[in-house]
Amino acid sequence: MSAAPKRDQYDVVVIGAGPAGLAATATVADAGLSTLLLDENAGPGGQVWRAINSTPVKTEALLGTDYWSGAGIAKAASESDAEIIHRATVWSLDRNLELGISVGGGSAFIKARRVIIATGAQERPFPIPGWTLPGVMTAGAAQTMLKSSGLVPDCPAVIAGQGPLLWLLAAQILRLGGRIDRVLDTTPRANYIAALPHAFAFMTSPYFLKGLAMMREVKAKVQVVKGVTELSASGDGKLASVTYVAAGPRETIPADLLLLHQGVVPNVNLAMAAGVEHRWNELQLCWTPVLDADGNSSIPGIAIAGDGAGIGGAQAAVWRGRIAAVSAIKALRPAAKVIDYSSQLKRAERGRAFLDVLFQPAKQFRIPQGDTIVCRCEEITAKDVLDSVAIGATGPNQLKAYRRTGMGPCQGRLCGLTVTELMAEARGKSPQEIGYYRLRAPVKPIMLSELANLPKNEDATKAVVRG
Amino acid sequence: MTVRKDAIIVGGGIHGCSTALHLCLAGLKPVLIEKDYAGRHASGVNAGGVRQLARDVAEIPLSIRSMAIWENISELVDDDCGFESFGQVLVAENDAELDACRARVADLNGRGFAHEELIDGTELRRLVPAVAESCPGGVVSRRDGAAQPARTTAAFRRKAEQLGALVREGIAATSIRKEHGLWHVDAGSETFAAPVLVNAAGAWAGRIAAQFGEPVPVETIAPMLMITSPVAHFIDPVVILRGRKLSFKQFPNGTVLIGGGHLATPYQDRNETVLDWRKLSDSASTVSELFEVMRNTTIVRAWAGIEARMRDDIPVFGPSARHEGLYHQFGFSAHGFQLGPGAGAVMAELIVSGGTQTRVSDLSIARFRDPIPSPTT
Ligand SMILES: Cc1cc2nc3c(=O)[nH]c(=O)nc-3n(C[C@H](O)[C@@H](O)[C@H](O)COP(=O)(O)OP(=O)(O)OC[C@H]3O[C@@H](n4cnc5c(N)ncnc54)[C@H](O)[C@@H]3O)c2cc1C
Ligand SMILES: Cc1cc2nc3c(=O)[nH]c(=O)nc-3n(C[C@H](O)[C@H](O)[C@H](O)COP(=O)(O)OP(=O)(O)OC[C@H]3O[C@@H](n4cnc5c(N)ncnc54)[C@H](O)[C@@H]3O)c2cc1C
Repeated sequence: MSAAPKRDQYDVVVIGAGPAGLAATATVADAGLSTLLLDENAGPGGQVWRAINSTPVKTEALLGTDYWSGAGIAKAASESDAEIIHRATVWSLDRNLELGISVGGGSAFIKARRVIIATGAQERPFPIPGWTLPGVMTAGAAQTMLKSSGLVPDCPAVIAGQGPLLWLLAAQILRLGGRIDRVLDTTPRANYIAALPHAFAFMTSPYFLKGLAMMREVKAKVQVVKGVTELSASGDGKLASVTYVAAGPRETIPADLLLLHQGVVPNVNLAMAAGVEHRWNELQLCWTPVLDADGNSSIPGIAIAGDGAGIGGAQAAVWRGRIAAVSAIKALRPAAKVIDYSSQLKRAERGRAFLDVLFQPAKQFRIPQGDTIVCRCEEITAKDVLDSVAIGATGPNQLKAYRRTGMGPCQGRLCGLTVTELMAEARGKSPQEIGYYRLRAPVKPIMLSELANLPKNEDATKAVVRG
Repeated sequence: MTVRKDAIIVGGGIHGCSTALHLCLAGLKPVLIEKDYAGRHASGVNAGGVRQLARDVAEIPLSIRSMAIWENISELVDDDCGFESFGQVLVAENDAELDACRARVADLNGRGFAHEELIDGTELRRLVPAVAESCPGGVVSRRDGAAQPARTTAAFRRKAEQLGALVREGIAATSIRKEHGLWHVDAGSETFAAPVLVNAAGAWAGRIAAQFGEPVPVETIAPMLMITSPVAHFIDPVVILRGRKLSFKQFPNGTVLIGGGHLATPYQDRNETVLDWRKLSDSASTVSELFEVMRNTTIVRAWAGIEARMRDDIPVFGPSARHEGLYHQFGFSAHGFQLGPGAGAVMAELIVSGGTQTRVSDLSIARFRDPIPSPTT
């Protein structure tokens, strides 16, 4: 079976088969528009419904009902007329709506009349001393193994950080018989007070009871330490222990595995490389694209839906996907009948402000000091960054000239936010003023041979596409 | 409030920064105005090639002048700028190309220039062992090399400021005008006045020249580059091809820079470029043909920079042909990085002494004043 796109032009190309992308795809395809959905995973689902069609974990309660709710939306997309290609990485997108796609070791270029970016979120960097040691990983990586292969920790393990996903993952690990020795909750105490004004909306949202139940479930099985203000990992060549402070004396516990998580932030690389305008979001402490109510970005024809538009969770992602789809339908088929989903979105976003304020990570876990590594690709520490500021680096792009940060294969995904906030603090400026790395395609590295073998002209493109 | 300065330099690329630094060394107090930040455009994102090789004869004197500065760059800016000198090699892919190389070197020798040297296949393979067997030879310029562009431009900017240049970044120079015999320029809430104005505004410089009655045939181009993941060390010199668009350089960390002049689409008013992947694909094919070791690497990033190109591919450099106190330093046509250090030194001489020992007259803006010859009727 040839995996390459069947055509070289589509009405709508959707990037990302998570809740937002799946919902958008079904909606545009059902309106009769030629639609292509691309996702680099092996199957549909995105982060939240990862491996929905293939997970070995079949007992419903283990992953939770929210997980299984994805099956219907995935089915609607797959039963629509949309062409869906998995294991397809979009490595380039420009303002002319041309996309570079890598599928099965070959690359192709296609054009779209509209693009819906639904590339979701990534975990916020959590730069503590020792976070680059083997044995320290992100909670999300652990969750990926759990969902796609049913793997859980069976060694002394600690999970540290904050946010709804931390509790969800802890609960999922425990239900599958995995081991967690301690949960270290880093939520700053002051956040509980700051979040209070938003509590009512939250308590009347579906998250509230679910969240509460999950926390109870975890606390019944594991010792939970609240108010952690200091955290570090140590070991000789690999993780051996975790040290923390929580309103008392410093404690050190042995651990072979430390799972870190302090929330998720939009995955901005593709949108930024395409030139979409982003601004610093003071509440979520990350870059979010500048969008209108329909999800349209600063580049005509490019809309962004789901967590890539600003963290809103899976339900909001579904509605944002539909809203972006409706906007594309209105533009391309003005006569088509469309539905207004704004009230559904509003309902799904209820309670979000509470979560955003409550789970704003503490400064010491976002802005590291001294020898703590900031950029893993080039092993650059916080002190290195500050030294460069002292001799004239004014923002992330100048820092590249001094330290090569953000120039490695991860293109700043692991250090970008840290560098912006660290430099902003050092220079007494806002992150907005300091700015972000100028990102560039390829958004994911591609083989030189693959690029060399690109179809060379229009005729060649057609020949390859049909072949 | 108007601030009086000895010179106003518009543009914080390698050229503006170098001129600022050399003016300070000559005892002047210039202001440097840069709308983004120093090195944001061509000067910070170029291939870093420090090349005398294969230059137009008109700019060779400036290039040689620059080379001498490059070889002692730390003394000037307290930073080695990542400069490495393993030579640059121009590869002929067939005998016809080698013949052209031979003629070129003979011509240069006849003019008294000795930096380009013809090499045969044996010497080519000694210098570039990984090159394809079929290449019969080429030309080497042994003192050439490469440096880190952003680091270099930052070092010039920093040193200029240390020596007394006023630097304004993030503010465009606007309302450029001459009043009471002095150039006046607004920069945000400030106004600067000086007897000397240096137009070093890169791709934007043509507009300034035109505003002062000196329109020139300049276009904005966006040369593209790409960089690979690290490969085991296999090459020291910078390699360029005689017949095809390719330049090639391996860094100490193993990554390989692939360039050669394929162009993206520039959107200069947005500081943006849109890459042309089909042309980058051509570069990738050429690389895989000539260097087998490269076939399994990955491309990590590609980009383009905004640059000014003159119709005749050589820069505009020297005093205005119309206005006292106005100096042009732009249009470097995708090869001005190497020229930066020397051009700043020569420009300072022109400004301070009214003349220089380095022959730059062929680069004067006056060359475009002559009416374009019309077909005889
Ligand atoms: C590690 C992690 C785990 C999470 N786990 C949960 C959870 O268990 N429960 C929950 O409610 N929320 C979870 N979230 C939050 C969550 O992502 C959502 O709120 C929800 O999945 C957002 O949906 P989305 O459609 O915006 O994006 P996602 O579901 O993240 O989907 C984005 C999709 O885009 C694809 N993609 C990205 N870039 C490219 C590209 N260049 N080319 C091709 N495809 C691309 C990805 O493969 C992915 O499938 C998690 C987030 C992260 C980062
Ligand atoms: C991808 C690429 C690869 C290259 N490779 C090489 C190479 O290997 N070797 C080599 O020698 N050369 C190379 N070059 C060419 C070289 O980079 C340029 O010729 C050189 O940097 C030009 O320097 P500049 O100072 O004139 O221009 P720039 O660096 O463009 O600086 C001009 C500055 O003026 C500023 N400006 C414009 N208008 C205003 C205003 N009104 N107010 C304030 N500021 C203003 C701009 O923001 C800009 O920063 C390459 C160029 C590119 C793009």
